Amino acid sequence: MTVAVVRFGGSNCDRDAVRALEHVGVDAELVWYRDGLPADVSGVVIPGGFSYGDYLRAGAMAARDPIMDEIREAADGDVPVLGICNGAQIGCEASLTPGAFTTNRSARFQCEHVHLRVETTDTPFTAAFEPGDVIELPIAHGEGRFEMPEDRLDRLESEDRVLFRYCDSEGAVTDGANPNGSKRNVAGIVGERRTTAVLMPHPERATLPDVGGTDGAAVLRGFAGSA
Amino acid sequence: MTGYTATVTVRLKRGVLDPEAETTARALERLGFELEDLRSADRFEVDMEADSAEAAAGRAEEMAERLLANPTIHDYDVEVAEREPK
Repeated sequence: MTVAVVRFGGSNCDRDAVRALEHVGVDAELVWYRDGLPADVSGVVIPGGFSYGDYLRAGAMAARDPIMDEIREAADGDVPVLGICNGAQIGCEASLTPGAFTTNRSARFQCEHVHLRVETTDTPFTAAFEPGDVIELPIAHGEGRFEMPEDRLDRLESEDRVLFRYCDSEGAVTDGANPNGSKRNVAGIVGERRTTAVLMPHPERATLPDVGGTDGAAVLRGFAGSA
Repeated sequence: MTGYTATVTVRLKRGVLDPEAETTARALERLGFELEDLRSADRFEVDMEADSAEAAAGRAEEMAERLLANPTIHDYDVEVAEREPK
């Protein structure tokens, strides 16, 4: 039983993810994308970075790689799958989750800490929180603006599939607290299966106490707890 | 089989924010140009052999559907032209 952290050419948060998972007591291993998933995989993390150099669109190339068929199959078998940052872009491009992450409203790469309001807690990733809790995680992306047609976003919300929204330190979801222009401040969502999630902020960069906050640990623990 | 060039143009759907185009428009204005709006698009020129222009267009549309465009945010169109024999 082990969590596979899938490394593509250009991934750069893969080792951070392994280290953060190990810190919360989870057995995790790096898996090179061409090697395929281990047979006993119990969870999958698609880490951040710049797979395929962000050519065409961030995540577009990796999303069409054969290992994504294996990840889709695992997800369909209720193996938890978590796409972080570039992994989130890959997850949307591969239709593991709906919507798209595209160019920030600022047209710049942004690297900063943000506040997030917990929306649904009916997922393993957020089960440790109460709805409305405010947590702090870092973002580091140029293409993190969540886009989705209004009617589909209405449906996503009615199905209670928003994990986090960007907010201020008091939990108010405002335009000023939206770092990248994401529609309705959405920072992360779950797929049709609530064990498949994508989010732009980095829980693995806020798990080890020596690098700052530890709000991400509960997200990883929840993910691993369902693994 | 005939040689064709299929040109696939991928652009953001109307209403989807395009920060890069806005930045480009502002830079043009700084250079003293007058403009009302600016939209950017990606263009892919794909050389291929096919039985007919329709077949070439069909293949290029599938390329757009499966990779070149993201249907959540993009529209695309395809034009096909016969290539001059080398």
